[in-house]
Amino acid sequence: MSNVQIMTGNSAAAIGAKLSAVQVVAAYPITPQSQLAEILSQYIEGGELKAEYVRVEGEHSALTVCISASTVGARVFTATSANGLLYMHEQLHWAAGSRLPIVMCCVNRGVGAPWTIFNDQQDSLAQRDTGWIQIYCRNNQEILDTVIQAYRIAEAVYAPVMVNYDGFVLSHTMMPVAVPDSETVRDFLPPYRPHTILSPDDPRNLNPVLFPWRRENSAGVLCDGYMEMRYKLQAALEKAPAVIQETNRLFTAAFGRDHGGLHWEYRTEDAELLLVGMGSLASEATAAADLLREEGIRAGVIGVRVFRPFPARELRAACARAKGIVIFEKGISYGYEGALCSELKAALYRAESQAPIHNYIAGLGGRDVKARELADAARTSWQAMEKGNYDQPTSWLNCYTG
Amino acid sequence: MSVKRDDNISAMCTVAIGEGGKTGDWRSVRPVIDHGRCIPSVKKKAACFLCWLYCPEGVVKATIPVEIDFDYCKGCGICAEECPAKAITMAREVKEHE
Repeated sequence: MSNVQIMTGNSAAAIGAKLSAVQVVAAYPITPQSQLAEILSQYIEGGELKAEYVRVEGEHSALTVCISASTVGARVFTATSANGLLYMHEQLHWAAGSRLPIVMCCVNRGVGAPWTIFNDQQDSLAQRDTGWIQIYCRNNQEILDTVIQAYRIAEAVYAPVMVNYDGFVLSHTMMPVAVPDSETVRDFLPPYRPHTILSPDDPRNLNPVLFPWRRENSAGVLCDGYMEMRYKLQAALEKAPAVIQETNRLFTAAFGRDHGGLHWEYRTEDAELLLVGMGSLASEATAAADLLREEGIRAGVIGVRVFRPFPARELRAACARAKGIVIFEKGISYGYEGALCSELKAALYRAESQAPIHNYIAGLGGRDVKARELADAARTSWQAMEKGNYDQPTSWLNCYTG
Repeated sequence: MSVKRDDNISAMCTVAIGEGGKTGDWRSVRPVIDHGRCIPSVKKKAACFLCWLYCPEGVVKATIPVEIDFDYCKGCGICAEECPAKAITMAREVKEHE
């Protein structure tokens, strides 16, 4: 029996966390995430979700509570946006370095200064190198399903997962969402088993100072140095793509919905021109591809779902037959180009495809991006590419730069 | 001989003496106690134990007279600073390579 309800992205995320039977929630309200924290606190207060809601004075503490609770074996959830995420930055490293399977929703919002409450993805993109797995959702159904998947992924590789979705565009927009029943979710999601059991019978000092070299402890056991510990985190994230794909396969089998694992494609079978993006922008690009096809340009879309670990091998295969690639991004690595553009270019190093790549920065701070505008930009690039223009400087879509 | 390797995926240590290695080799100066100057406080024997109390590493043994565990004394000099009788002086550590 399908149970389809009309709901916002924030509601979908809250239901995802509830169905995942989280035991501790600590979150500090920030637009556009606030609704998510409010809904979860209502679930807990009303007894609908048997969990502890820990009130904190800021985001740094919210994630610290999650770190502590996760360490002693609780399944934890938190959520934030923009400057709240930046305030967590230190603890993001701490969570990943402690190998804790924390799941957090980042409701993507532009970063101040100057203040904006509206959407772009600068907040989470700026956290790229913290050791978190990053997944970008394109609609509300995917948000609900991805929160559930995220726990399975996180608890398999012992790394935290950030589930990203666009503020307002998804967080406050109503869409039909199929709500899975809790028994099926319980079967899909085995109980969380912490990698270390803390007990008074065997006391431990967690995360002590590590020295540059490996060293024997007092019992003669050879312990890792700092660099070996860093390597173990990298090895876990290198293993994660296979786990993410397997989780997607199992999820599809259990729930009948396939969100694509590491990336998804739209009308790419015979596509010459690929539009690439993440989140709702990639979703909008599918309408742009339809417009371009009406004019005879064989366009398709690649939606990058997982940004870290970066699915280089899969994207290399997906781009193999492309004659042109246009990347749209809601973020900028100041002084260079969009982060996704840099990553994709690096993934195509010595690849079969030597397609020209053009990069557009779009929709910063909530500036509207219409399918027609994406199609116009892609067409302009396509025409330039046909004339051999490989190196167009990064363009700012719908922005007065003159 | 094979060494047992720690397979923990996050860093941790047990609560045990020497868990951080023999930190005495960090020392560049060592405390030297003139027990004759110690203040008698227990049964007129030389033991006021302020050095034991102040030592941040817990390497001063509360015996009469007090003893210092040089395997772990880092030579910070707090004992010498706090000793009211000035019974402790810090002497330069002469190491083999010097």
